[in-house]
Amino acid sequence: MSELADILLTLGLWSSVLRIATPLIFGTLGALLCERAGVLNLGIEGIMTFGAMIGWLTVYQGGDLWLGMLAAAVSGAAFGLLHAGMTVSLGLSQHVTGLGITLFASSFSYYLFRLAVEVQGTPPTVEPFRPVAIPLLSELPVLGPTLFTQTTPTYLAIGAALGLGYLMARTPLGLAVRMTGENPHAAEAQGLNPIRLRYGAIMAGSALMAMGGAFLTLAAFNSFFPTMVQGRGWVCIALVVFSTWVPLRALLGALLFALFDAYQLRLQTVFGKAVPYQLFLMMPYVLSIVALVVMSRRARVPQALMKPYRRGER
Amino acid sequence: MRFERRQKVSPLWLVGAPVAAMALALAIAGVLIALAGAPVLEAYGRILTGAFGSRLSATETLTRATPLIFTGLAAAVAFRAQVWNIGAEGQLYAGALAVVALGAATPAGLPPALLIPALMAAGAVAGMVLLLVPVFLRLRFGVDEVVTTLLLNFIVLLFVSLAVEGFLRDPLAFGWPQSVPVAEEAMLPQIVPRSRLHAGLLVAVLAALAVFVVNRATVFGLQSRAAGLNAAAARFSGVPIGRTLLLVACLSGGLAGLAGAVEVLGVKGYVSTDLSPGFGYSGIVVAMLAALNPIGVIFAALFVATMFVGADGMSRALDVPSFIADVTVSLALLTMLVALFFTSYRVRR
Repeated sequence: MSELADILLTLGLWSSVLRIATPLIFGTLGALLCERAGVLNLGIEGIMTFGAMIGWLTVYQGGDLWLGMLAAAVSGAAFGLLHAGMTVSLGLSQHVTGLGITLFASSFSYYLFRLAVEVQGTPPTVEPFRPVAIPLLSELPVLGPTLFTQTTPTYLAIGAALGLGYLMARTPLGLAVRMTGENPHAAEAQGLNPIRLRYGAIMAGSALMAMGGAFLTLAAFNSFFPTMVQGRGWVCIALVVFSTWVPLRALLGALLFALFDAYQLRLQTVFGKAVPYQLFLMMPYVLSIVALVVMSRRARVPQALMKPYRRGER
Repeated sequence: MRFERRQKVSPLWLVGAPVAAMALALAIAGVLIALAGAPVLEAYGRILTGAFGSRLSATETLTRATPLIFTGLAAAVAFRAQVWNIGAEGQLYAGALAVVALGAATPAGLPPALLIPALMAAGAVAGMVLLLVPVFLRLRFGVDEVVTTLLLNFIVLLFVSLAVEGFLRDPLAFGWPQSVPVAEEAMLPQIVPRSRLHAGLLVAVLAALAVFVVNRATVFGLQSRAAGLNAAAARFSGVPIGRTLLLVACLSGGLAGLAGAVEVLGVKGYVSTDLSPGFGYSGIVVAMLAALNPIGVIFAALFVATMFVGADGMSRALDVPSFIADVTVSLALLTMLVALFFTSYRVRR
């Protein structure tokens, strides 16, 4: 059993945790923001895929890495606008709309990718984000090479979690968004505009999701290939429940999940002979379901989640 | 701008709105085809001839539509009761796996008339069990079944991969990860000679008719609709919500499991991780395009199959990525959602 503990002591494991967590942090924060405003956004899987594709393509066509992240964010906001138009203005089923957007956004990204890049044996690559060692802090033992030698988007993701946490808990705007998700009628009576708040939350949330996707192609890997998001979007939806709709807990949940994922990846190399590797790959999905079951009892779901708001209608 | 519920819906709207939705989806896809530098009208012409131009292609389209009818019905049955079963893909694989595991182990000499229905029933049961778990978790713990059914898709696919590389591996497959084949006498008969079209299509159409009758003429059909329209009101009027939803899960999961069973027994004869090119997910589109009507599911499945089979040949001839089929079908889902909205609401200034 000492192998199990030994793995936990390797630095490589801990530095990969933040890298694995980054897309999940972006995605979970994005989904959380939408749900806080009262809208379930199941477009996440497709929006992440499109962000991964458009971010990569921008850089492949000669754009700067940050231009790639920006392109992803803008495309995410555009899909968010579509989602908001259908679920907020028309009040259509959030489940079906979200799934429709996932199906559309992912097939659209595969289509554009095939158009832009001639298919050869191995997918073409770009020069990805490099880890940035933060001066002084990166020289700390253990913490230095793990926490403080990451790519810039990872620092950005952590910053986004802290920022969103502050925004939701401490600012009038955050209060307005939460109110819209709990009781849009009361928000309207306070002189707020629930429709506009929901549009804003969905578009900003979708932009975050797409940036999580772009991290996959611009930092974690350096190329795009179909089905690369691999259900990360759905994991994020589960993590939102796990976080009980609190940004800082979303950060914690994503980190825990990533630790588990990194751990099972290394277990594969140790026990790969004796145990089929598929069992290890299943574990993150199983863990998500278990987390959902455990947390659902305590979850305080935004009261107006999935309830369309129409002015003057009960 | 506000929307107001229509007092009465003119038949013109009921027909016109879906037609307009399909036209809009095809028009947007046309722009994308033009973006690929291909002549749009010729591309659509080639999709049609690719799907129906010859005896072979027509039977191929019908073969492709068969599992889509099953998964479309699975989604329609569940969505009607507001059970968000997004796990048809996983249930399909569970059904296929059950059929192969049993079909490869049955003693020789059983009459096909006994063997085939038994294996199909096993596939249906496997699908049922897989959906009963998330629906139970929803009823007991309030866990949203959307996420659990989605996550189960990944788990089941990994399990299939494990099975075909492990305990169900075909040693004669030259290292390809595929399962042992089911017994020859378990295969569904062909209904058109020298084609892949098999009796599963007839089973699918019968299943659609059966669901239609269940919806219209049984207490369970009424209760599942009531549970979907307003669960609280249904509960007050005495509908046993829990039991109804579990039954819905059995029906929906069973239909999705049948899709996998029929695909194995009718086409492949074995299971591998590429048995389904997303039949489960396309089933959601099929159900929505049909506005959850079981008879409509047959035609919606035909449309989706036409796009996929037709786009294959078209993409080779005109150098348009074959993903155009997925794009068109998912666009049709979105435009149809909006169109259905405008059949029951109108704009009021």
